[in-house]
Amino acid sequence: MWLPILYFVAQKFKVYEDPRIDEVDEVLPGANCGGCGYPGCRGFAEACVKSEDLGNLYCPVGGNDCMSSVAKVLGRTAVEKEPDVAVLLCNGACSLRPNTNKYDGAGSCTIAHNLYGGETGCQYGCLGLGDCVRVCDFDALHMDTETGLPVVDEEKCTACGACVKECPRNLFELRPKGKKGRRIYVACSNKDKGSAKKIGCDVACIGCRKCEKECAFDAITIENFNAYIDPQKCKLCRKCAPVCPTNAIHEINFPPRKVKVEKEPALAETSSTTSVQSEGATEVVARKPRVKPESTDAPKPDPSSENNPS
Amino acid sequence: MNKVLTISASPHSFGVDSTQKIMYGVVLALLPALAASIYYFGIGALIVTAAAVISSVGFEYLIQKYVMKVKPSISDGSAMVTGLLLAFNLPTNIPIGLVILGSLISIGVGKLSFGGIGQNPFNPALVGRVFLLISYPVQMTSWPKPIIGRMNYLDAETGATPLAVVKEGLKNGESFSSIDIPAYLDLFFGYLGGCAGEISAFAILIGGIYMLWKKIITWHIPLTVLGSMVFFSGLLYLINPEGFADPIFHLITGGAMLGAFFMATDMVSSPMSVKGQIIFAIGIGFLTIVIRVFGAYPEGVSFAILIMNAFVPLLNTYFKPKRFGEVKKNG
Amino acid sequence: MLKTFPKGGVHPPENKLSAQAAIEVFPIPPQVVIPIAQHIGAPSTILVKRGDMVKTGQIIAKTSGFVSANIHSSVSGKVSKIEDVVDSSGYKRPCVIIDTEGDEWEEGISRDASLNSSIALEPKEIIERVLEKGIVGMGGATFPSHIKLNVPSGKKAEYLIINGVECEPYLTSDHRVMLEQPEQLMVGIQIIMKALGVSKAIIGIENNKPDAIETLNKLAPSYPGVSVEALKVQYPQGGEKQLIKATINREVPSGGLPIDVGAVVHNVGTAIAIYEAVQKNKPLIERVVTVTGKSLAKPSNFLVRIGTPISSLIEAAGGLPEDTGKVINGGPMMGKALSNLDVPVTKGTSGVLIIREEEASRKEIAPCIRCARCTHVCPMGLEPYLLMTVSKNSIWEKAEKNDIMDCIECGSCSYECPANRPLLDYIRLGKSKVSQIIRSRRQS
Repeated sequence: MWLPILYFVAQKFKVYEDPRIDEVDEVLPGANCGGCGYPGCRGFAEACVKSEDLGNLYCPVGGNDCMSSVAKVLGRTAVEKEPDVAVLLCNGACSLRPNTNKYDGAGSCTIAHNLYGGETGCQYGCLGLGDCVRVCDFDALHMDTETGLPVVDEEKCTACGACVKECPRNLFELRPKGKKGRRIYVACSNKDKGSAKKIGCDVACIGCRKCEKECAFDAITIENFNAYIDPQKCKLCRKCAPVCPTNAIHEINFPPRKVKVEKEPALAETSSTTSVQSEGATEVVARKPRVKPESTDAPKPDPSSENNPS
Repeated sequence: MNKVLTISASPHSFGVDSTQKIMYGVVLALLPALAASIYYFGIGALIVTAAAVISSVGFEYLIQKYVMKVKPSISDGSAMVTGLLLAFNLPTNIPIGLVILGSLISIGVGKLSFGGIGQNPFNPALVGRVFLLISYPVQMTSWPKPIIGRMNYLDAETGATPLAVVKEGLKNGESFSSIDIPAYLDLFFGYLGGCAGEISAFAILIGGIYMLWKKIITWHIPLTVLGSMVFFSGLLYLINPEGFADPIFHLITGGAMLGAFFMATDMVSSPMSVKGQIIFAIGIGFLTIVIRVFGAYPEGVSFAILIMNAFVPLLNTYFKPKRFGEVKKNG
Repeated sequence: MLKTFPKGGVHPPENKLSAQAAIEVFPIPPQVVIPIAQHIGAPSTILVKRGDMVKTGQIIAKTSGFVSANIHSSVSGKVSKIEDVVDSSGYKRPCVIIDTEGDEWEEGISRDASLNSSIALEPKEIIERVLEKGIVGMGGATFPSHIKLNVPSGKKAEYLIINGVECEPYLTSDHRVMLEQPEQLMVGIQIIMKALGVSKAIIGIENNKPDAIETLNKLAPSYPGVSVEALKVQYPQGGEKQLIKATINREVPSGGLPIDVGAVVHNVGTAIAIYEAVQKNKPLIERVVTVTGKSLAKPSNFLVRIGTPISSLIEAAGGLPEDTGKVINGGPMMGKALSNLDVPVTKGTSGVLIIREEEASRKEIAPCIRCARCTHVCPMGLEPYLLMTVSKNSIWEKAEKNDIMDCIECGSCSYECPANRPLLDYIRLGKSKVSQIIRSRRQS
């Protein structure tokens, strides 16, 4: 006897939902990471169905493949986008950035950031407490115990932007993956004056403008004593990296510079390949192998020998 | 002045209490009851207690190390407290095998399956006890008679507890005053049959006062449990003094004292706000009397506490402490 | 029975090591570093440039908004640099650095120590003078004082409450000030009463300072309307809301201000600074700082010029002990740990506390055993355990719903927690996130 009532109630309160939402939801990755800017995949599917064209909608996790399937379901055309990847704009590993004090509070970057400038002399750099690792839904971030910096696993990173949002010091940037995964960026976010930076960190961008002068494409701008390479303008010519006096410019996935015969980039042998290698990480920083007649390329100055006016 | 200084957010000064201190404080508070138990039940009390403590601590260590693969936390003393409380809730002539099984259930199911210390919704010792009570009702309800300096363990002569005697008598239509029970002073000091640790209201009171003095517990839960028991049993007693036991009898027999001071006050499974604790405690008192008077079992403290444990999350959500400067919402 | 606030609170060891050390005038340092953000609110606008000669008491940065304060030079000499220096916030912030030359004071400032108890200025003029002389709350919060003297229209002040509680362990600067400058304090109170138009003032002092209570009780009858209230020792009684509750038994509503219940609270140090500003025309360029610590050779109270490096204070108090683990700007409950001892003394520096190595580090964090002690000791009636959990898991709506913004960050919960959980660390995180959310909601 309850059945008719139940049936009636069910009919009465039935919510009409566009069946295409389900179909779109089906082809989405289902990670519910929010990287698209919508609350979960379902929200994104709804937005896709509602929108006239898919111009502003992009699922960074699924990428172009996923978007073209979405477009197929809806009978629209997807906009191709170059895939992004997260990069860390700090290279102040423990050994290059000596500790000046010992943090003993709760293990959260945001808490430490709200409290003070951090354990080292650089108040802009990575705090190394791993908030980014905790928010990563894709297991693409790991702390390197040696450098104390997080390492992005390029294969797993979906450019969802969770780490970009989480980092209290805004040290992550989503940059185009680049052809063959090759990209060049300045791994430093310090906004102090050059002299002050050198005290805190050996690999800080000191804003010397050498790279800016070297770049033929106007891709490099210096702001707040810090260089920035515009990925849209950068042609990956690799001219900027060798002139950097502090090794702040990172080249990723390039063959080593001193190429003679190697076919595969012989990573293990490039002794100047520093820091960012850890197990499972595919990101490899092919550091400018210093061709070392010490005179041309001045080695990093010892901060103590400098007369720092402060 | 080139010292590497430590930095952390305020406060920079901390109280001296720790989880260990609290747990060992509880252990210390349980010692008088243990002494009373050994005094009245002899060697059996010692065997059961030792077996429960050792197996509880052992299971905690083994499960954490090999099953959960986390750092064992036996040093915090909480497993020891659980073992002691479990033993105190068992008769002293129970086979060791059952004690060990009870410990496994207490620690494994009651505590660690929820994630370990701080996570368990129910009092772990009671989980073990109720498991045993339901699974092995015969062994769990044969109570040795108190004989000072007893040396026999499993074959101790048994008898019914005063609660059971009264319940049986009242059911058979006898009047309360005509039922033969020991003098109240004897009951108060522990001269009665029952679980190992629950018999001596006096010894438990000493432990309870110690915990209150050391601020391990606050007065809210124990006094409210006992108070509400007195209130509800008193109500019945006033209606019909011959048909129901008097409140004092309810207080000094069975697990009332042990439950009020040691089981209901378990920090993990009791509410956080004072208001919540009072309601929690009233519920325990009420349910205990209901089970004792109207239920199938002569004793109901364990069930009452477990039932109220289940309400704790609800109490925590709806009974917040009074906020300072609370602004009355419109309406 | 002594009055106190009724709910929560803790009683940490008092450790008032420097209570009997009379205030010493600290020598003028060869160089001062004066941050332009010494108060709550907008940093001041710098008025001097490199190479300028300044006199003691000359204004060097002026207020840049409603909540802001003037800053004066604390020495005479030459502005050698204006640059970013790490201050007590732990970050680099703009500072004016002055090389001392002599001690030539700005004209019009009376350095005569005699008591001037006749108040010539009108209420409006008093408020203007307080603003002009850069007076901020000296108990540590550094809220610009002129704002608290301006009673908003529609509100009425009934009580002036003077905070002589000094509930923070170790600190004794307010205690010494009450003992050594009681008359100035009384006149300062009269000035504030005049500015506010109130007839009653209560000085709240915790009972662990019987000498101060006695001294002020003796003076009180000759200052109409002023009374002294001895309070039971209980942290955080120095919190504005707790002090109002303890003295006049009124509860400041959640999200409200003391003026909502007719009370205005000022610190004893602030009252004396107001006395000096109004009666002597002296800007806030020096303050009393307690330098203390269990291993320190000579725990002291110094009258220090603003901008003096903390390292020189420690030197004067017997040097940094070998076993130092932590140096704190302020008291142990709410002070801020310093990473760098060259940090200058600012208007809010009530003390420098040196903590020994063995007490400096936190203990290992254990799981919460739900003992509810944090809930019992919270003076605001909050549930710290819950706030920490929701903050840790970024559930900001629930944090807001559970009144996280009412937290006064007194640290009682972290102090009491037997499992050494960093409750306040996470609550602070939650507060900063929730306040961001509230702000963005207001804007939209």
